[in-house]
Amino acid sequence: MGRAAHCSAFAVVKGQGLPRRRQCNHVSRRDRTGERPAGGLRQLPRWDSLHHELFQSHMAAKTAGMPSQLPDSEQNQKKDNTRSLTMSGHVGFESLPDQLVNRSIQQGFCFNILCVGETGIGKSTLIDTLFNTNFEDHESSHFYPHVRLKAQTYELQESNVRLKLTIVNTVGFGDQINKEESYQPIVDYIDAQFEAYLQEELKIKRSLFNYHDSRIHVCLYFISPTGHSLKTLDLLTMKSLDSKVNIIPVIAKADAISKTELQKFKIKLMSELVSNGVQIYQFPTDDETIAKINASMNGHLPFAVVGSMDEVKVGNKMVKARQYPWGIVQVENENHCDFVKLREMLLCTNMEDLRDQTHTRHYELYRRCKLEELGFTDVGPEHEPLSLQETYEAKRHEFYGERQRKEEEMKQTFVQRVKEKEAMLKEAERELQAKFEHLKRVHQEERMKLEEKRRLLEEEIIAFSKKKATSEIHQNQPFMVPGSSLRKDKDRKKLSNAQVLEGGSGVGEALRAGSLSSRARPVLQR
Amino acid sequence: MDPLRQPPSPCSPRPSSPRTQSCEMLGYVGIEAVLDQLKIKAMKMGFEFNIMVVGQSGLGKSTMVNTLFKSKMWKSTLPGLGVPTPKTLQLQSVTHVIEEKGVKLKLTVTDTPGFGDQINNDKCWDPILGYINEQYERYLQEEILITRQRHIPDTRVHCCVYFVPPTGHCLRPLDIEFLQRLCQTVNVVPVIARADSLTIEEREAFRRRIQHNLRTHCIEVYPQKCFDEDINDRILNSKIRERIPFAVVGADREHLVNGRCVLGRKTKWGIIEVENMAHCEFPLLRDLLIRTHLQDLKDITHNIHYENYRVFRLNKSHVLPRGPGWVNLAPGPAPSPASPQATPRTMKVCRWTQDNSDDEC
Repeated sequence: MGRAAHCSAFAVVKGQGLPRRRQCNHVSRRDRTGERPAGGLRQLPRWDSLHHELFQSHMAAKTAGMPSQLPDSEQNQKKDNTRSLTMSGHVGFESLPDQLVNRSIQQGFCFNILCVGETGIGKSTLIDTLFNTNFEDHESSHFYPHVRLKAQTYELQESNVRLKLTIVNTVGFGDQINKEESYQPIVDYIDAQFEAYLQEELKIKRSLFNYHDSRIHVCLYFISPTGHSLKTLDLLTMKSLDSKVNIIPVIAKADAISKTELQKFKIKLMSELVSNGVQIYQFPTDDETIAKINASMNGHLPFAVVGSMDEVKVGNKMVKARQYPWGIVQVENENHCDFVKLREMLLCTNMEDLRDQTHTRHYELYRRCKLEELGFTDVGPEHEPLSLQETYEAKRHEFYGERQRKEEEMKQTFVQRVKEKEAMLKEAERELQAKFEHLKRVHQEERMKLEEKRRLLEEEIIAFSKKKATSEIHQNQPFMVPGSSLRKDKDRKKLSNAQVLEGGSGVGEALRAGSLSSRARPVLQR
Repeated sequence: MDPLRQPPSPCSPRPSSPRTQSCEMLGYVGIEAVLDQLKIKAMKMGFEFNIMVVGQSGLGKSTMVNTLFKSKMWKSTLPGLGVPTPKTLQLQSVTHVIEEKGVKLKLTVTDTPGFGDQINNDKCWDPILGYINEQYERYLQEEILITRQRHIPDTRVHCCVYFVPPTGHCLRPLDIEFLQRLCQTVNVVPVIARADSLTIEEREAFRRRIQHNLRTHCIEVYPQKCFDEDINDRILNSKIRERIPFAVVGADREHLVNGRCVLGRKTKWGIIEVENMAHCEFPLLRDLLIRTHLQDLKDITHNIHYENYRVFRLNKSHVLPRGPGWVNLAPGPAPSPASPQATPRTMKVCRWTQDNSDDEC
């Protein structure tokens, strides 16, 4: 198996201190599939060429398989209603894993790494070293006011495996003076990726096979090599992240610690993590082929790593190393640092398990919490099983009912208000009408009064003009009348004139004048 | 079938993603070891495959299943031995776990005895469609639970093998109706059953006519043309499409031919070898189903047919009556649910008129 090849390479490296894989640089990538043992990726039998080879293969299988055949009887072991059968010949479905692998190759793989650590601790360099390439990046500044996450996606290809790698870096982590809000953006980012996936999954028309999975599969937590213990910020951040993502703690810049200090530091770190209940990622030990190596790696956590892309000549080879006046720290030397272990564990042995854990444990937990938050449950109040759909339906009905009720209410209030307004307006109208009537009446009355007055005035004017006419006539006959009577008449005339003059306006006086004039008449008629 | 069911859209293999840069790696990193990890995980979990065989009685369905998996899935019914053919269409499922070279396969075979056997075969596809949709429904219900299982048991029918009786003429109306309905729900592979009653020339002519019929009625059998992803797939699949439907012969007895022990049928005029390409096309069917396209069948079922059903179901869910349990036997699609209990009444009436009819062709 290819696994054995890797393990043996590993063993060689341990003894000689020179990584055997370095030699593979000279071998082109195409050849690697050729030299892999038969347990590696096999060429899948093509459908059209198969039936031409059938005679040979069939006969070979038949004659080879004959001695190991069991008699044609079924074994009736009833476990879960399934029975085991033995087959009397070669059916050919051992190519199933290859079919699966082929499909995965066609689809490509996706891997997302989150690097959390202070600025300048060597995150970018380590990633460069891990994937043996120079991702374009420049040094980040120390003066960001908040922690931001920067994600970049790269496409890597090795032989026929296409990997879509996303590196998420925390920019500005640990730089602020007040670090209380430092870990919140990280938690929010991880939750946002889960949320995006959940939204896609809950859509009606979804395309999950097309979906670019951006959920974080592993979080490399960089611990600074103080040699004492975990910083409070580190502890807090790891505690808030451990239920959302697989955490692998690494000790960065491990060339600053000596070997003895490193041992003590590792023990201290692990005990602190355990005593604070932080669950870091444990390499799985359930599969026999990798159980042993994983178990031993679990004992080496956290890995003390050194990253470097610079090459230094050691012996007669160019190796990745860091050169100091007192020596050269080789990155891929097992004695110098744990870089090779990290690369083995992260990429070669457990990448699939990391993805699996993310999907089945962390994502499911998030999904469950989120849906329960929204009010969905699996079991109804009478303990009958409820489906998400039914709950959703019930909620939808409830929502509609609520909305309907509110609509009704609003309608009612609206109608009410309209009615009131209408009543008010009617009232006002009526009042206005009444006022109008009243004013009209008053107006009428006044008019009538004025008419009356006018009439009377006119009558008086007529009377006065009559009087004036008669007085003029009377003045033309002054000699025929005796003096006394003249005097009397004059007095009477004066009186009557004065009365007429002063009583011209009054109705009653007019009447008296009238009576006076009637008395004057007989005077005149004499 | 239904206006809401969209025609299946091709699935593209590459996931869409934001701006990505291509980087050259300067040396070996070890990413390709992920393939081994995948394989180990797959072998540990095992595989599942569900196949359904549909056809009239006596066409050799059970024998074919036995031949395909080289084991006695169930007793093949021999004609005229007094085994009563069922009066109604009942679906029977049998599950077996078979292992070969470390690969475990949980195989479920669903048989449909009684299909097309009645006088009035109207709507005889309803129980089958109901069964298929019920499996989709079961999966859907499991998927939308809050606390779901790590690995949802997959009982959806991945492939339906339809047995066409070897009349030599063309597809019958029953076949056309059935295929039209089923091709939109599940992957259908039609085969010419009992091909030993046709000569090679008759076989070719029959095949051409069936292909013409399928084209005329726009029936897309597996491998569907619209799901070919790249040029290699298209070339490979068009070769398969030329040979569909395969003319197959099933046999579970072994005979001695020229000193070799082969599976075959012994007749007075010779022995028909099942695995001989010159005699019948059984190896093609076996290779298609098992050796090369099994994963593809499962993928299309999961990505296309199941998603279609899900869209349809979630859109129509406010119309359906909701029961307290999670297995909602009132199926989503419009055709009325012909539950097995409802049919006997009508079927029995028809059946009383003929007693021991052997429906052999």
